[in-house]
Amino acid sequence: MEHSYLNSVRVNNDSCTGCLLCVKKCLVHAIRVRRGKAVIISDACIDCGECIRCCPTRAVRTLAEPLTELKRYKVNIALATPSFYAQFDGTLSASVLWQGLREIGFDSVFDVPLAGDYISEEIETFFQHYQGPYPVISSACPAVLRLIQTRYPELIPHVLPVLAPAEAAAIYVRRETIRRLNLAPEEVGIWFLSPCPAKGTNIHQSIDVAHTAVTGSLTLSSIYGPLSLAVDRIRNEKNELPEATVGTSYQLAWGLDEGELLSTGCRNGLSVSGPDDVDEILQQITLNKLPDVKFISCYICRSGCVGGPCVAVNKFVGMKNLKKRIAMRRLRERANRSEAMQAARVCDGFPASRQYIKPLKAKPAPPLAGDFGAAMEKMEQLTALEERLPGLDCGACGAPTCHNFAEDVVRGYGTEEGCIFLKR
Amino acid sequence: MEKRYTVEVDDFERAGAASISLKELLQKLGLAPETVRRIAIGTYEGEINCLIHGGGGVVIADITPHVITVRIEDHGPGIPDVEKAMQEGWSTASEEIRAKGFGAGMGLPNMKKVSDTFRIETEVGKGTTVIMGFSCV
Repeated sequence: MEHSYLNSVRVNNDSCTGCLLCVKKCLVHAIRVRRGKAVIISDACIDCGECIRCCPTRAVRTLAEPLTELKRYKVNIALATPSFYAQFDGTLSASVLWQGLREIGFDSVFDVPLAGDYISEEIETFFQHYQGPYPVISSACPAVLRLIQTRYPELIPHVLPVLAPAEAAAIYVRRETIRRLNLAPEEVGIWFLSPCPAKGTNIHQSIDVAHTAVTGSLTLSSIYGPLSLAVDRIRNEKNELPEATVGTSYQLAWGLDEGELLSTGCRNGLSVSGPDDVDEILQQITLNKLPDVKFISCYICRSGCVGGPCVAVNKFVGMKNLKKRIAMRRLRERANRSEAMQAARVCDGFPASRQYIKPLKAKPAPPLAGDFGAAMEKMEQLTALEERLPGLDCGACGAPTCHNFAEDVVRGYGTEEGCIFLKR
Repeated sequence: MEKRYTVEVDDFERAGAASISLKELLQKLGLAPETVRRIAIGTYEGEINCLIHGGGGVVIADITPHVITVRIEDHGPGIPDVEKAMQEGWSTASEEIRAKGFGAGMGLPNMKKVSDTFRIETEVGKGTTVIMGFSCV
């Protein structure tokens, strides 16, 4: 078992120059430079992927499966998420994209927005019976869930106990495929086309579901090349394929940060995206600063999943693409949200979240010492050491701040000599 | 162990800075998340009171393995009628403060609600000190 699989971001030592950019950028201070190379502290890493974005030598990458993995399964199904659709112009028929996925190795495609319609309804029902605490925090972004586990464990009771649409889709399509084709579970590969490292980690680690139905993740950037070629070919051969997304326009919008909120019809909701702002909003919830807000959708990537670190097109291009597709879809629906949802309810037997979801586990950074008294002593040492440090946060020691350095020393992960000012 | 944090006058942007620092410190000491949150909420309410009514002041946390005591001291006008001040919804905050979303009259009642022991020492014209005790077990 991959017991130690805690995060999906990896550093390639051959190309890492130890430049400190990622160390400084990391929201949760999970990176240090040791012996000239970046080292990620996987317990603390939330897989937001900011380090992937900022690395000048592209030394930080996400672990994901290559297309060749598909050979190990009899039937392979791709989960087409809104962020997947966002990689292509919104006027390009979805059926062309699906055909393209078939040509690069998948046997069929499942439209995740369809599961989104079901999940939105679950969220509405959940709120009808829910008594608090408010605000409820969306469970859609696994990096946010990790942030809550590690930094805001007190907010775990606020997390929406509903599956992410892609997980609901995976459970449904896995069950139906096994039943219809009479296959063994290990013969079916369900693949998440992923914009980020966090979704991949969630597959290996299942932080909020008992057993994930997803087999693995392929990054959007890694399939974009072969898929674009296939799509161009198909377009040249037959150009009149009907638009084919099944879920409503409201679910397509989940790829954008505001989408989840709009699709649930929640009136007193707030939508936040980007690591710093998500962190600040979670902090405000902890301090009870937002008691009137009912629902908060949180995405670690700015602008939501279209802004993921593993997408192929620029997020603003992706937003343009997706908005166009949403507009096209909306033309075919009635303007009214609930009517569109009614019309979309085409599949029965979606998995009820409560059968699969498991409560998040608190995973705060370990205390300075196991015993409170001993931890207090270490804290005194930390404060005393910090007072002797220059407070410049120069990073020469490999830690992002003097405070982090002092904490590393007190925890036994470094020595005072690491600071060039103390050595002088 | 004692920790002191200064609360600046009318610094709404940074309101909560003391409670956030204190929260991070207590997490590192291994205090249970729910207790940490109670302390953070109580301290935050105190900070807000301190800057709205007290004209700034100081937050002093006394940390022992069994009890955490948070004192919020100001040298503001003092509270003439403590009983009234403890009523939910009763506030002397100005319209300007209310427009910022504060001054709902819930500060002191909330501080009492989240803490295990609660005391107010106040003298008109001299200032107010609120003392909250939190049991660690």
